[in-house]
Amino acid sequence: MSKGRFGIHGGQYIPETLMNAVIELEDAYNYYKDDPEFQTELTELFHTYAGRPSRLYFARRMTEDLGGAKIYLKREDLNHTGAHKINNVLGQALLAKKMGKTRLIAETGAGQHGVATATAAALFGMECVVFMGAEDTRRQALNVYKMRLLGAKVVPVTTGTATLKDACSAAFREWTSRIADTHYCLGSVMGPHPFPTMVRDLQSVISREIGEQLQEKEGRLPDAVLACVGGGSNAIGAFYHFIDEPSVRLIGCEAAGRGVDTPDTAATIATGRLGIFHGMKSYFCQDQYGQIAPVWSISAGLDYPGIGPEHAWLYDTGRAEYVAVTDEEAVAAFEYLSRTEGIIPAIESAHAVAHAMKLAPTMGRDQIVVINISGRGDKDCASIARYRGEEISE
Amino acid sequence: MSRIKEAFSHGKAFIPFLTCGDPDLETTEAAIRAMEAAGADLIELGIPFSDPTAEGPVIQAANERALAAGTTTDQIFDLVRRLRADITVPLVFMTYANVVFSYGTERFVSAAAEIGMDGLILPDVPFEEKEEFAAPCRARGLDLVSLIAPTSADRIGQIAREAEGFLYCVSSLGVTGVRQTLSGSVGEMIRLAKAAAPDLPCAVGFGISTPTQAREMAALSDGAVVGSAIVKLMDRYGREAPAHVGAYVAEMKAAVARA
Repeated sequence: MSKGRFGIHGGQYIPETLMNAVIELEDAYNYYKDDPEFQTELTELFHTYAGRPSRLYFARRMTEDLGGAKIYLKREDLNHTGAHKINNVLGQALLAKKMGKTRLIAETGAGQHGVATATAAALFGMECVVFMGAEDTRRQALNVYKMRLLGAKVVPVTTGTATLKDACSAAFREWTSRIADTHYCLGSVMGPHPFPTMVRDLQSVISREIGEQLQEKEGRLPDAVLACVGGGSNAIGAFYHFIDEPSVRLIGCEAAGRGVDTPDTAATIATGRLGIFHGMKSYFCQDQYGQIAPVWSISAGLDYPGIGPEHAWLYDTGRAEYVAVTDEEAVAAFEYLSRTEGIIPAIESAHAVAHAMKLAPTMGRDQIVVINISGRGDKDCASIARYRGEEISE
Repeated sequence: MSRIKEAFSHGKAFIPFLTCGDPDLETTEAAIRAMEAAGADLIELGIPFSDPTAEGPVIQAANERALAAGTTTDQIFDLVRRLRADITVPLVFMTYANVVFSYGTERFVSAAAEIGMDGLILPDVPFEEKEEFAAPCRARGLDLVSLIAPTSADRIGQIAREAEGFLYCVSSLGVTGVRQTLSGSVGEMIRLAKAAAPDLPCAVGFGISTPTQAREMAALSDGAVVGSAIVKLMDRYGREAPAHVGAYVAEMKAAVARA
């Protein structure tokens, strides 16, 4: 009877109060995803508003420097609002509008999903409330200002660890209290069904474009696709159309924080175990009694104690690999890509760059690696400067 | 008849809730004894969870305090063992799916049955996901309590037909917490539930704090559940809370008895 399963993962573990809301959402999504008019409208928004298709860029200097596989960068950082998040948000906001909802709520970690949701709300003339951990509102003050500028209300969440998971819990609580006019625009491939499937479908434009663009440039499939993984939306978007192509290695890069052997980590696959939280069965960082662990990453966007259920399943089946990348490695990659290619990646995306720097030299020159640059790094400059011992004002 | 159903067999039931381990397990034990002595018909014992997504600020804070005090599931099992030496009031655990699942659902349910618990409430396990928990509960003679909400509409019939123990009717939208006014749809929810399952006791919870509210809700149903108002007393009076909780439960029990 349970819906939205990926192997044993997924499902709908939410209060009864929300069940009819997610059923209504699933029905609407199933209708509109096959509605040509909806798809035309969404594609038009992708092209004229978000700036899609995003570029697939051959990173010549990085390739030469690392001396192995050819490296391509999928430039989701060039999208409007500076990250892949807009792909999901435009789809959900358009769907919410069709459903007659007038208000969007969202959780945000680094602020990228909050900014994207506030942007879509402005575009569609909808009310918007974004929940953000109080800790993150300090780390990402610029994004808080942007959301307010776009007309959204930002609610700092002070409960628990005052980070992404608590923002997510607060958004679920808000949705429970106000359903009729409100859509919860969840930002990743997590939560109860239909969110993991719907968000994946909306993000799968990334792998569709990678496939087409690489076909045009190289006439072939990539050998490996790398993406950072928190909840996992940019990664599943970059993987999706290659899942049935066994020759393509799919590698998710988790945030190891200060190391997977320390408590200051957010690497769910490396350190978590099976659990039920935020509407889904999947892997979670937790203690022996099932208390969700406080997690750490330098990246507010990967600072989440769980992973989307489809990733958990791709891990179980061995179809995708998951590696852990430390804060230090990610910061080094952030600086490396900036100097080598003139591209400042989001610190989240820098986790994937860091692993590519290890992987590419072990591969042949005739092989191809695609790194999904899920977002741009402007938002991270102040905190990376701080990490390196330099105080700058934003 | 299960002990839970029996709790509803002598008039309208008053069902208090508290979070175990807030401020410590000794105080929890004394408060439970005070509740039973004051006439509680069934008591809900909250096992604290780090991220209780169905709770309002009052019970969230109690969960945080209990966990900060080091409370664990095993310690709460020990508490129930001590209580069951002399306490007969029906007891149900209220917690979140991960607390049970992570402990091992079979292992949790066997332990709960062995120490003398009567049921389990998991607010983040809806009808569609319940079998994973209901099957082991049935095998051990525990009732997995189902919930209905003001948004349940056409779902009420199917939920009520498969409900065990009693049906927990959530009075209004949103999370737990004290409210000035309660939803007007409770009577209709109960009517739909009773139409599907005439013998199923229905208790109303979420938002009730005053004797007047408890009497009104009990008049529409078979009983009233009160959580946040009691948790507030625990927070306010700390180790001195059990006497205050006992007096409050006596007042509320008298109010529902008049319904």
